[in-house]
Amino acid sequence: MTAMAPMTLTPQAVARRRKRRVLRGVKRIGLYLAAFAFTAFAVFPFYWMLLTSFKTNRDLYVGATDLSHIPWIFNETPTLQHVKLLLFGTPYLIWVRNTVLVGAVVVLITLVFAVPAGYALARLTGRWGERLGIGIFLTYLVPPTLLFIPFARVIAVLGLQNSPWALVLVYPTFTIPFCTWLLMGFFRSIPRDIEEQGMIDGYSRWSVIRKIVLPLAVSGILTAVIFAFTLVLQEFVYALTFISSVGKMTVSLGVPVALVRGDVFYWGSLMAAALITSIPIAIIYNLFIDRFIAGLTAGAVKG
Amino acid sequence: MLRRDAHPGVAPAAIFRRRTLADREDLLGRILLAPALIYVILLVAAPLALAILLSFSASFAGSLEFHWTGLRNFATIIQDPQFRLALRNTALFTVVSQALVIVLAVTAAHVLDAAFAGKRVVRFLLLLPWAVPVSLAAMAWTWIFDSTFSVINWTLRVAGLLDGWLYWFGDPTLAMIAIITVHVWRMFPFATVIVLAGMTAVPLDIREAAVIDGASFWRRLFQVNLPLLLPIITVSVLFGVVFTSTDLGVVWLLTRGGPYNSTHVLSTLAFQRGILGANLGQGAAIAIFLLPVLMLAAVGMLRVARRTEVGA
Amino acid sequence: MGYVEARNLHKHFGEVRAVDGVDLDVKEGELLVLLGPSGCGKTTLMRMIAGLEQPTSGEISIAGELVDEDVPPRARGIAMVFQSYALYPHKTAFQNIAFPLEAIGKSAGEIKRSVDWGAGMFGIRHLLGRRPRQLSGGERQRVALARSVVREPRVFLFDEPLSNLDAQLRAVARFELKQFQRQIGTTTIYVTHDQIEAMGLGDRIAVMNKGKVRQIGMPQEVYNYPVDTFVATFLGSPPMNLVQRDVHTIVGFRPETFLPKSAFPAEAPVETFQFRVREVEHLGSDRLIYGSLEGGFRSDATVISDIPSTITMPIVEGELHDFAVPRANLRTFDPQTGLRRDGRAA
Repeated sequence: MTAMAPMTLTPQAVARRRKRRVLRGVKRIGLYLAAFAFTAFAVFPFYWMLLTSFKTNRDLYVGATDLSHIPWIFNETPTLQHVKLLLFGTPYLIWVRNTVLVGAVVVLITLVFAVPAGYALARLTGRWGERLGIGIFLTYLVPPTLLFIPFARVIAVLGLQNSPWALVLVYPTFTIPFCTWLLMGFFRSIPRDIEEQGMIDGYSRWSVIRKIVLPLAVSGILTAVIFAFTLVLQEFVYALTFISSVGKMTVSLGVPVALVRGDVFYWGSLMAAALITSIPIAIIYNLFIDRFIAGLTAGAVKG
Repeated sequence: MLRRDAHPGVAPAAIFRRRTLADREDLLGRILLAPALIYVILLVAAPLALAILLSFSASFAGSLEFHWTGLRNFATIIQDPQFRLALRNTALFTVVSQALVIVLAVTAAHVLDAAFAGKRVVRFLLLLPWAVPVSLAAMAWTWIFDSTFSVINWTLRVAGLLDGWLYWFGDPTLAMIAIITVHVWRMFPFATVIVLAGMTAVPLDIREAAVIDGASFWRRLFQVNLPLLLPIITVSVLFGVVFTSTDLGVVWLLTRGGPYNSTHVLSTLAFQRGILGANLGQGAAIAIFLLPVLMLAAVGMLRVARRTEVGA
Repeated sequence: MGYVEARNLHKHFGEVRAVDGVDLDVKEGELLVLLGPSGCGKTTLMRMIAGLEQPTSGEISIAGELVDEDVPPRARGIAMVFQSYALYPHKTAFQNIAFPLEAIGKSAGEIKRSVDWGAGMFGIRHLLGRRPRQLSGGERQRVALARSVVREPRVFLFDEPLSNLDAQLRAVARFELKQFQRQIGTTTIYVTHDQIEAMGLGDRIAVMNKGKVRQIGMPQEVYNYPVDTFVATFLGSPPMNLVQRDVHTIVGFRPETFLPKSAFPAEAPVETFQFRVREVEHLGSDRLIYGSLEGGFRSDATVISDIPSTITMPIVEGELHDFAVPRANLRTFDPQTGLRRDGRAA
């Protein structure tokens, strides 16, 4: 073996490297700028909610023609008056209670229907079940816009106008298909071997579902619960169609349509309501989003 | 390692029991599926059929009477310039906002895919618009576009880009821009996250192979990444089309269809005529016009699903 | 009459005939290996015996009793160990082993005694409190075996239970498994695609291909007297050499019987071949010689000789050598049907 010559770079190579490094730096900055721009666009309304919620009225209601008054920052000490008004001077807490009650009942109904259906589609129905599963998912795409008119008729016949029970009846039309699809994905991810082992070990299919599948699907079922509940929380059209008295509204209906004095909105309290309602959902979404996307795109990614 | 001990001598219990319902998979499957299926048929399929039926009838809220009128509702609305405008607006809002969403989402996903500090935080923030109830988001935007206090106007004026004044909801064009902005804002983060999920599903070795082959960024984008991402982009676009074209909340809360009924879309017009105006028949007829869009979207999704199945 | 019997068993998935007319008799207490390449139908056959799949046609009986679709897996008196071990992830090792006992309504005391017995047998008493994810591959396998044994099944079904272990562990586990089966004396059906495992474990081997049982017999019998060219080449590593002698005959011989002529005593009854050596591989315990036969044989058919290291004579690449096979080890096959033609059987 001959000794290796020490590695050296020609001056051209050094220049090339420097240029590449600069280029990489520029790219990096561009990347951060782009990420910042996207994020800023997404976050801006929330920042605005935050400012509005805690600004004093004097700081808030300055016409935008006054260029010396900067609306992007707190010009006076932040105040809790809007939040107080929201909690104690408006029906917000009643709406929250209504939403939680409707949500809880809808989630319960959804689970009773969607868990068995999801399992059946994942394991028991074979080829035709797969098609039926896609069919059920497609019904999730049938929008309220097409259904609220016939529902108005159905609800009238049932005498449920202006009753939360109307929402309890109607909301499962989108939570059941959605959660069935989601749960089907979760049940499929449980190894078949384990269920078959259960049947070999002396259990019927039904016992295997109760003793093995359900305990293993707890996290999936929890995800379905969360998403069913947030879907209820976000729903607006049916609530707008069926509920007319302020005391029976849900948050997503009451805040935009009933936080008004005459035709003047309580902007501070309104934005506080939007903020208080959104943040928990956003956090929950973030915790569950990976599983959610995995479930949702299961059909597109691996069929 | 194996040790031979005497078995404690537990008598094996009787076996050879016949199978019961709990063993019969086919039947069990039907029984478990039936309730959900019936719910969906009763409360989605049947109302959908009822919507179609109503559109051929003179039917009014408050009365349960039902008069078959054939195509009269359709004849009426097709003559109605208001309806034609709503149809045009629906198409315009959907196409423009979805086109913007695709471009933004693919770009944003590529930016986010490049590893950099704070990625998780950015992803969390990007999800905010999608998580917030649409009605509350619409109110935030209503406030942002407020005719007196609009921060956008203030900023544009300070930046010297605006001399006069923008009455966002007082001018049809501005109102449409506002509505499209809100739709894009709401849909693009969701699309980004879906595309991002699709990108992680593209095998890394394929992408690395393209890098090593010396393909430029644009060639990689158009010849490697985009084709591989096509199914997932299609799915997210179809979702977007369905949600945007049928959306009622954004337009209703932002403009109530105004100014001068210039920003009505099919859903708000159907709501106004069918629910507020109590003319269920006509409302149904208007809403029915969304059906072809939905069917196309459904067929599109099925095709994507089938193709990936075959390819897998 | 067999303890486990299959009669004219078929399983078709659409056009695919996964199992295509299988007759099988498994004797009481024996360990029968189902051996074959992947997709040959061996796993489907086992799953039908377990009751996890229903046959398209044909019958299965266990201990003289017909087990049709009216007898679900739980009522067949079988235990099965899956390739993945299929331990219940949410249960501890103890709970895993106890689970089949709970199914038949044992009392807590009986369950505790049985689990203790099963765990003692496989030396895993100290692991009973752990969950599957806290166990190594070998430990998981033992838990799965303990779980299968405590319910005292009439038949064990093993679906490649060693293939998830690393090579070193596998040899030990194979030995233990065999010992265990001998001790407990329970009829066992064992599925594998690994011919070494099959040769080492099986009292008898059933070689399957394309949904059919090609041959069933004791390992040496199947190895020495393969019924056709498929079995001849599937068993053995390297596989049996097959060369076409003329239009009517394929000659077959095992590489380890194909040795330099000088290795045989002069008067031994051997068949001599002209062997053109192409390449020599030194494997430590033996040498593998690759080449082709000359003198009327097709020169493109590779023939392999496996020479033990005790034979040290030099072999030169590229040269022609005299090699020979004892007459007793020569097999002949029909080129059309692939079936063995020399009359001898075990």
